Amino acid sequence: MVRRRHFLKLPPGGALLVYSLDGEPLLQTPAGEVQVPLRFFTSDEAAIVEAAVSRIFPSDDTGPGAKECGVTLYIDRQLAGPYGRDRYRYTKEPFEAGSAEQGYQGKSTPREIYRTNLKSLAGLASLSEAEQDNRLRAIENTAFFRLLRQHTLEGMFCDPMHGGNRDCLGWQLIGFPGPYMSWANDIDRHYGETHRVKSQSISQILNRKVVPWEELEP
Amino acid sequence: MTNLAAVDVVIIGGGWSGMLMAKELAAKSSSRIVVLERGKPRNPKEYIEGMDELDYALRYRMMQDVAKETVTFRNEVKQKALPIRQFGSFLPGDGVGGAGEHWNGMTPRFLPDVFEMHKTTVEKYGKKRLPAGSTVQDWGITYKEIEPYYLKAEQLLGISGLAGNPMTGPRSGPFPTPPLKQTYFGKLFTDASLALGYHPYPAPSANLSQSYRNPDGVIRPACQYCGFCERFGCMVGAKAQPTNTLLPVLQKRSNVTITTSAQVRRIVTKDGVATGVVYVSNGKEFFQPAARVVLASWTLNNTRLLLLSGIGNANTGRNLTHQVMGAGATLFFDRPLNRYMGSGSSNMTVSDFDGDNFDHSQVDFIRGAYISSPAYGARPIANFGAVPGDVKATWGSEWKKAAVAAYDRTARLGSSGEHIPYSSNFMDLDPTYTDILGDPLLRLTLDWNENEMKIHNFISSKIETIAKRMPVKSYTMSPALKRYDVMSYKSTHLQGGTIMGSDPSSSVVDPRGRHWQVRNLWVLGASTFPQNPSGNPTLTVLAQTLMAASAWPDR
Repeated sequence: MVRRRHFLKLPPGGALLVYSLDGEPLLQTPAGEVQVPLRFFTSDEAAIVEAAVSRIFPSDDTGPGAKECGVTLYIDRQLAGPYGRDRYRYTKEPFEAGSAEQGYQGKSTPREIYRTNLKSLAGLASLSEAEQDNRLRAIENTAFFRLLRQHTLEGMFCDPMHGGNRDCLGWQLIGFPGPYMSWANDIDRHYGETHRVKSQSISQILNRKVVPWEELEP
Repeated sequence: MTNLAAVDVVIIGGGWSGMLMAKELAAKSSSRIVVLERGKPRNPKEYIEGMDELDYALRYRMMQDVAKETVTFRNEVKQKALPIRQFGSFLPGDGVGGAGEHWNGMTPRFLPDVFEMHKTTVEKYGKKRLPAGSTVQDWGITYKEIEPYYLKAEQLLGISGLAGNPMTGPRSGPFPTPPLKQTYFGKLFTDASLALGYHPYPAPSANLSQSYRNPDGVIRPACQYCGFCERFGCMVGAKAQPTNTLLPVLQKRSNVTITTSAQVRRIVTKDGVATGVVYVSNGKEFFQPAARVVLASWTLNNTRLLLLSGIGNANTGRNLTHQVMGAGATLFFDRPLNRYMGSGSSNMTVSDFDGDNFDHSQVDFIRGAYISSPAYGARPIANFGAVPGDVKATWGSEWKKAAVAAYDRTARLGSSGEHIPYSSNFMDLDPTYTDILGDPLLRLTLDWNENEMKIHNFISSKIETIAKRMPVKSYTMSPALKRYDVMSYKSTHLQGGTIMGSDPSSSVVDPRGRHWQVRNLWVLGASTFPQNPSGNPTLTVLAQTLMAASAWPDR
């Protein structure tokens, strides 16, 4: 099925550096906005997700949040890939309701869960922040919200090759260095003192492109 | 089906136990040995690209493909078992090296009385102290008998540790390498434990404190404390893995073949004698005839293959145990911990409340747990978000501010407790669900009982005592143990199902791993452990394998 092209609109600047690495065309609107092609979400859905994750992990006095780190793009890529269609789950029938201890037994794939639940958040992007918080508070005990929160953390702190944690901003926010090669000379020093280095992705450390699993699986 | 040329020994499973058995047997004779591994080959040189929390720690890139095969689970027989659709509680390995590639490398020996738990408990406290419905039994070997093999296994892996812990069994030789360096958190835990009169010791570690050459001439470098052990292959090979410890030796043996992508479906027997195995590879079926069969495919699959092959008996599947891991506390400190540094076994352990190291006369449970200060490297997706108890928000600005501030000032005290077996916890074949080939899945029936809940409560109180002695701003205790669940990770230390013993009427294999009925079949691994000690099982799996190899009959 041919899908009409959908885009996530990002404010001018900033986004180009990482997203142009994919070799995908980035379009600029007359106002200077950057349009990043979406792989799964529609533009409307992406706007809802962007609004929601920006309230879960806001950009504020503490530092950058989901918006700067590209969390929406991260979720879009995960849903478009093998995770989104449940490649990593046992999906044989019959699906039956079980006890809490037996874990998630639903038939819905992550793609279907998003598509269904985003409908009930229609219009979120155009609300004020206070109104957005109220809408989210009303669903904060649902399985969908827990999934959205988990995906927000993943998009904040994954290796940038997955589309989130842009420029390692999430790691810098919390002082996680990324996959450094050795702490053998540091592990028993700096007791009680902060030891920080510049955060780097695995591709930066190795100086070669590392391909994430979602790009390898059909 | 293609009939292959007969071999002397076919080994099912290319993990620690299967590959070690291959190495030992290949050194003893010119027997033709084939190791069948259902997963893929592994290239440890590529592990450095796998320092990626999302793919490896969250999506389980090195684990068994759950879409193809899982197990079903229920707490008790009156429920319908449902498939574990995503692994959580435990993480089965896959590929050459198995779970031995992505373990943490913690390698304690079991406490001496573990091997004679039934005898020692009854002698000291009387039979009435064995919990109702429990099926505790002795291994048929003693600590004294297995001790030389423990030492040999430690020398094979180069285990880093500090001898002299009065809470553990006697040693006939030193640790091959000194203990790992200590983290700040480990020091705080050590100071508090010493002040309370406990005995903190570094966890024995298969991540090397210094470069080491083992008796086979295999050299491995020192640990770099990068914080990517559990769920990852070691980027430098400091962590002992079958691919860096055993494979280099096996590759020089012309009489050993390792066949990958070979999923064994049945062990074939005729008149009570194993004649070989049937396996599937790339959609084609093969019969591999063999004079002897060694089953070394991890706890769950060992049991499942016996049942699928019709070699099960009344004892097959029983004494299923896991580990009581939940007792713990989340600590919030004033000072930063730099906890991105660490290794899978950079932890201090207190064994004062493990096993029968303390008197149980005045408590209403048996056995115990060790307490530890893990410093695995706090990878951010899994570890970000903990906030002190006075912050109620779990998202939004208030939560974010508190979580960012707490991220490097938070650590967890944990524990690993013993799980005794019960007749109500067992494995059999599921009547409904199948794997990708159409074979029935294994069904787990498993729940916690009172003894585990009491261990959990008791150990929690000890952890709280230690937490209060540490320079914390606040701490949060983990909730009480409830029913067994398949979501939260505990350990991958499931045990039982093909248990060993000295009495054929109450065990599946003899104390050297030899099947009681099918005498040319051996079963190796923690599936042979009658009950679950607190300690991480790999070193004992290796020692048991070495013991089985040394007792291997010439004919």
